[in-house]
Amino acid sequence: MQTQETYNDDVVRMFLFAAIVWGIIGMSVGTFIAAELYWPTLNMGFPELTFSRLRPDHTFGVIFAFGGSALIGTSFYVAQRTSHARLAYGSLAKFVFWGWQTICVLAMVTMPMGLTQGKEYAEPEWWIDLAIAAVWISYGIVYFGTLARRKIQHIYVACWYYGAFIIAVTLMHVINNLVIPVSLTRSVPIYSGAVDAMVQWWYGHNAVAFILTAGFLAMMYYFVPRQAQQPLWSYRFSIVNFWALISVYMWAGAHHLMYTALPDWVQSVGMAFSIILVMPSWGSAANGLMTFAGTWDRVRQDPAAQFMIIALIFYGASTMEGSIMADKTVNSLSHYTDWTVAHVHSGSIGWVAMITIGSLYAMAPRVLGRTAMHSHKGMFVHFWLHMIGTMLYVLSMWTAGIAEGLMWRVTNPDGTLVHSFLASLLAIKPLYVVRWLGGCFIVSGMLVMAWNLWHTAADARKAPVAPIPVPGGGHGHGHSAAAAQPAAGY
Amino acid sequence: MDTVIQQPQRNQRPGIEDFYMKFRYSYFEVIEKRLWLLGILIAIFVSFGGLAEIVPLFAAAHGVKAAEGVKPYTPLRLAGFETYVKSGCYTCHSQMIRHLGYETQRYGAASSAEESVFDRPMQWGSKRTGPDLARIGGKYSDIWQLEHLKNPRNLVPESNMPNYDWLIDMPINVANVQGAMRAHQKLGAPYTEEEIAKAPQALEGKSQMDALIAYLQGLGVDNVPVERRPQKESQL
Repeated sequence: MQTQETYNDDVVRMFLFAAIVWGIIGMSVGTFIAAELYWPTLNMGFPELTFSRLRPDHTFGVIFAFGGSALIGTSFYVAQRTSHARLAYGSLAKFVFWGWQTICVLAMVTMPMGLTQGKEYAEPEWWIDLAIAAVWISYGIVYFGTLARRKIQHIYVACWYYGAFIIAVTLMHVINNLVIPVSLTRSVPIYSGAVDAMVQWWYGHNAVAFILTAGFLAMMYYFVPRQAQQPLWSYRFSIVNFWALISVYMWAGAHHLMYTALPDWVQSVGMAFSIILVMPSWGSAANGLMTFAGTWDRVRQDPAAQFMIIALIFYGASTMEGSIMADKTVNSLSHYTDWTVAHVHSGSIGWVAMITIGSLYAMAPRVLGRTAMHSHKGMFVHFWLHMIGTMLYVLSMWTAGIAEGLMWRVTNPDGTLVHSFLASLLAIKPLYVVRWLGGCFIVSGMLVMAWNLWHTAADARKAPVAPIPVPGGGHGHGHSAAAAQPAAGY
Repeated sequence: MDTVIQQPQRNQRPGIEDFYMKFRYSYFEVIEKRLWLLGILIAIFVSFGGLAEIVPLFAAAHGVKAAEGVKPYTPLRLAGFETYVKSGCYTCHSQMIRHLGYETQRYGAASSAEESVFDRPMQWGSKRTGPDLARIGGKYSDIWQLEHLKNPRNLVPESNMPNYDWLIDMPINVANVQGAMRAHQKLGAPYTEEEIAKAPQALEGKSQMDALIAYLQGLGVDNVPVERRPQKESQL
């Protein structure tokens, strides 16, 4: 008899821990810079703490450090479970963990010092970009290597999304970051002006598409059926949505550049595809929500499922909002205002953070050798802190953005502008305090989560967690889609 | 619930729909059971959009040239551009006046693609916590800009812009400026060897604050055709 193969959850646990730490750091930085917009001298004279220097730390911290760690960690967990196979290349997976954490630390330290190439959401300098490429390719090798070892022939839908996330991010990262290095602190991008704008927003929008959407949809497609304890509502529907989503998203970047010096035809194409995009987006949201059908009584007592359900509702809401904002007429009002900020955050703290938190609450006890989280009440407290924080944030920034948009355009009967720019700032300034309060709620929720996880991990800290055996012995050779359903085999 | 919903009686013979559904499903099954095929198809599907939008732009970009008389950044302004980028000014200021009446009324003529051909990366921005800066050059004196950057609230009490007084003590990285000029030259900017060699002299004794002010004062001035340049206000 051969020795029993087990799942490699060591790396998963490390990424889980990292995600929580980066989540708290990234969101705290966000809350701090939100306060700076109301109290501008809060940086106490430190250049590194100035809003404009620190803002990339917030975006990188939450998207790449928190989101990235959560995505890589869950992808290793999901790929093993849906393949009935141990993670491939164990030491390379460890390298992916330490490599990614090193990159996050380097980026978070250098950006406030002014080491930035100044491309939004791709601020780190060229030498960090090279390291990102190396770690990312290693990640791809481990991930696809694991799928290649699968005992279940049919690749489950969650794994397509993780796959698309890995492939598309490689492509975008390389193309957007092509620069001529000058020194460790300076590089010159090969693109300029309008071309750079298009490349930058093709990248920026697809960071949203393939990290914040495809990646987290992968999480959704595994953990939602797992938590609902029933199969995905429609497997066929997920096929349509997948291929539509990954092909349509790539066209939509130009909606960030409406009425600018970008050629008109690109703007129109971007707008058309952005409107089409609502269909695959709502398709996935519906598929996720309908998976909970018939379980409502059960999920009322399950905070992890509640996080997932609200996440899906926010996903539906913010993708619809995105399509509306991509309409040229609406965009003329919303662009450059805090409405964009509201939209991004209803997507990121509503959808991305909530699906992640829900999935981590679902996954954590399993990888820590426990039957449930330490405190059920703690999860409920987190849920409500997060909900209140998100609503305060989103509602205040919506109001602010629409006020700005309206004030910038309104004219007197003689055709002159009514408001100075400063007047619009003064009108919305109190809302910056409300937004900051929302941030405080969200960070407190994350601290409750950290406390809860610390206690859930109490056993795991004392003695190594017994590895979970891979199901097998010839029974795992499923040939139908149902065999790959996470609810079926664990 | 006791009521049993009557399902419509289905035709026993396999119809065209059955064949179609079966065919379509097995078609996808082929992809989903082969990792290499899934990977290749994903790569193809995600490539369409970028290729369709960016490749024509590259082709068109060769046609976009700086206007007559517009030169690439002087060493001092290039240093200022670097400071602008590295200070993160783009997180709150745009440099893109949209083709909308109320925008041109507030900020001046709509921005054109020629105006940012020497901007690597472009600084069009995405958020206006502060006003657009595409045509800020010459609107205020150098001294106003200096005082405002040191502490915006000295001049605009309600402003929420941070203080950038620390830029005064920051020296310019001359090697970076020269290196950037070389890189720009490689990418097509018409710098002469003499201009690059003389850059250190032009930066002698200047701080990053001086460079940033020079950069701002040229926005909407140095990058537009000579006949459209605004009249400079008297320098107090």
